[in-house]
Amino acid sequence: MDTPAAQLRPSRANVLGSTFVVGAAVPFLALLLIGIAFPLFGGGYWGLIATRACVYWVLVSGLNLIVGFAGQIAIGWVALLTLGAYTTSVLAAGNVMPAFSPYLALAIAAVVGGVFGLIIGLPALRLRTFYFAITTLGFATIVTQVALAWQSVTGGGVGVAGPIFPAPFSSQWGFYYFCFGLAAICTWMTANVAASRFGRALTAIRDAEVAAEASGISKPALLTTVFVFSGALAAVAGGLFASLQSYITPDAFTLDLSVLFFIAILIGGRGSILGPLLGTILLTVLPEFAAPLVAWSTFLYAVLLLLIVLAIPGGIAEILDFKNRRPLESHRAIIPRPDLLEPLLGTAPDAGVLTLERVELNFGGVRAIDGLDLEIRRGQVHGLIGPNGSGKTTTLNVISGYYAQQCGEVRLNGAALPLLARHRRAHMRIARTFQTPRIVGSASVLQNVMIGGTIDGTGTFVESLLSLPRHRRDEATLHDTAMLALAAVGLERLAPVRADRLQHSELRFTEIARALMLRPAFLLLDEPAAGLSAEEIGRIGGLLVAIARAGTGVLVVEHHPDLIFDICHHVTVLNLGRTLAAGTPAEIRSHREVVNAYLGG
Amino acid sequence: MVQSIVLSGVAIGCIYALIGITYNVMFSASRVFSFTAGTLGMLGGVLGALLIDRMGMPVAIGFLLVLAGGAIFGIVTEIVAVRPVLRSLEQHLYVLSTLALALIIQQFTAIEWGTDARPFPRLFDTARGGFDQQFWLPMLACVVVIVGLELLYRHTLVGHAFLAISEDTYAARALGLPERRLRMASYALAGAIGALAGFAGGEMLLAFFGNAPLLTFYGFVPVALGGMGSNRGAVIAGLLLGLFQQAANFLVGGIFASVAVFSVFIIVLLARPEGLAGMARQRRV
Repeated sequence: MDTPAAQLRPSRANVLGSTFVVGAAVPFLALLLIGIAFPLFGGGYWGLIATRACVYWVLVSGLNLIVGFAGQIAIGWVALLTLGAYTTSVLAAGNVMPAFSPYLALAIAAVVGGVFGLIIGLPALRLRTFYFAITTLGFATIVTQVALAWQSVTGGGVGVAGPIFPAPFSSQWGFYYFCFGLAAICTWMTANVAASRFGRALTAIRDAEVAAEASGISKPALLTTVFVFSGALAAVAGGLFASLQSYITPDAFTLDLSVLFFIAILIGGRGSILGPLLGTILLTVLPEFAAPLVAWSTFLYAVLLLLIVLAIPGGIAEILDFKNRRPLESHRAIIPRPDLLEPLLGTAPDAGVLTLERVELNFGGVRAIDGLDLEIRRGQVHGLIGPNGSGKTTTLNVISGYYAQQCGEVRLNGAALPLLARHRRAHMRIARTFQTPRIVGSASVLQNVMIGGTIDGTGTFVESLLSLPRHRRDEATLHDTAMLALAAVGLERLAPVRADRLQHSELRFTEIARALMLRPAFLLLDEPAAGLSAEEIGRIGGLLVAIARAGTGVLVVEHHPDLIFDICHHVTVLNLGRTLAAGTPAEIRSHREVVNAYLGG
Repeated sequence: MVQSIVLSGVAIGCIYALIGITYNVMFSASRVFSFTAGTLGMLGGVLGALLIDRMGMPVAIGFLLVLAGGAIFGIVTEIVAVRPVLRSLEQHLYVLSTLALALIIQQFTAIEWGTDARPFPRLFDTARGGFDQQFWLPMLACVVVIVGLELLYRHTLVGHAFLAISEDTYAARALGLPERRLRMASYALAGAIGALAGFAGGEMLLAFFGNAPLLTFYGFVPVALGGMGSNRGAVIAGLLLGLFQQAANFLVGGIFASVAVFSVFIIVLLARPEGLAGMARQRRV
């Protein structure tokens, strides 16, 4: 059987992976060629339109990371275009200070844009969707007002001349290639980010914020970085825009323009690079084909936005996603492979212990946890059972930092865990799953699992932006580990499938695979067997036992007594936030009060 | 000068407060903040100028038609931009759908009415100056709306039903309240209040399509600072905002006023995201 084909088998996933990458690059390469050859068949006016599309894309590519990936509704991003346009123009014109070279002025504008991107972005870290949307809107109106009123610098309503980039970029086509080059670089950079752990973390923040935190993703750090980057790109686009317009007044920066950027992304589809790129081209070109409708263009964009939101929230990207329209096998069994856990989790470490000491937690007047002591050892499965409202999930939430206990301590190997520091739990190798699986539906199963390993990357955001070696090494490692984790839980074959196409039981196993990416010292599971068939419950039980055998401490909150008694070394029964009984499964099964209050029989 | 600052400040503040109440009435019926709040205010001004000035209708009839127009736009908002999205799992879509609707109306106005700010008719034949109608009309409108809402919520059955819906939609539905019709009624009410704000403040704000985004922003500031859903908070914060803005306008100029309002808004929200009067909510996992 030792045929060449059989030898190839182990690397088949990689081969498939690379053909996929090549396939995805085809539309970009086609656009690149069209862009390079454009002056051959485009007339002078179309050159202007093409340049404009490139300038817009420089902004939209950055904004796409905020809107399309991180899901933050930044409506007033035109403010940064305005800022960049005025900074570049004023510095290059030298009407306030000695004139700068246009390139230097553009670079300074990028820095200014980065700073203001951060300032506009900060509210997103604390505020909910609508609040953030409206602060960006407010910022946009204010920037225009300032531009209008600060006459000594901006020229007020009269305006200021845009910068002229020296030869070879001074001619129309020269400037076109300058903008086109920048647009191509932006495409490449944002595509790199999108395919990196940072891009996946952004989508996790968008669709499954709680799971992102549990995977150790720091929303403030990541969003801050993206806002700075995106602000800088928007300001550069502003400088180019000013040069293209050759003269700028505050009127040029209406909210309509902001709406165009925003809608380009939504038409394109969230979480895609190609979609918004096509969207930008489409929206720039569309009014040119319907000359009588130019006055109505923003009106039509708004109608388009409404239709897209109501009819196809996935945008162009979803329409182009042929791969995920193929039907999946209808009978697919999840067969975990516990033998793969050892290479995944490493060898069994020394003893470790997670303890709760007299933990108390009140919600208003309700005592949810009332002086709970608990001890979870590595290498063991600990069951937490009890009637509804007895404080099981609340206990899990205290351990993983979603609730702060009012009294008592949670200790990891003797050291108290800080209150509420959710994303730091992952760094302490405490992983968890959720009662309702928290998954990024639009990402593939593999990508979802890779999210779990985010904190193990070593490269910085800039390294990912430029696809430097450390970034590529990170990605290769994450990919291989995630495939291993998927194989261990038995979902290997579903790796490339969109996660929202999976069945409920498969999502539960996906969450476990994601949690395993942390090589957890402790794994907390919130009702992992809920909604599973008897057969699947048996398999999940076997998997959990194997995970514990590999050295992880497993805490299971469950309602299925049979599962608990089958797999646990130790069981704690809660009632009204207190321990009703604790001991081995055999002791609990014969505990009179537990039988009366909970098990029945 | 102090007198004119106070008069115009309170008057503008009343307009902001009314737009804030428009947000609140829609919010309490649907848990949705709608971008159309400021658009309603803009429509109040534009429709008023259109009906009374251009078409020569009597003030009273024009006024009633403006209110009706606002109410209809409120109902359209509910049907087109809110109801389809409430059903969807991704509830943040409402931000986009209401934004789209607001832009559609704003652009339509810009094209059909024009992009210039046009004068709004004098509603009563009184001499200008002093405690002028352009100041007392918004104040009167604000008082009428607050007293009216209070009476509605406290003393009528429909008002109790509104409160029940805003407290707990599911429980209200379980009690057999016609949740959908009540929501539509709330949006109609909000529409009329928003249009009233623009109509009463028409002389100060003029009939101008660009008022829509301005009112959307400045009308939301009282909601955010006063705590969402709280009309009292909105009125107090709205008055403070108006006074502050006018004082800054007179004393140090318009740019500073805008920048200062924006900075205060951001800083307060960052320090207390639930607003000055609101309560923090526990997250659920």
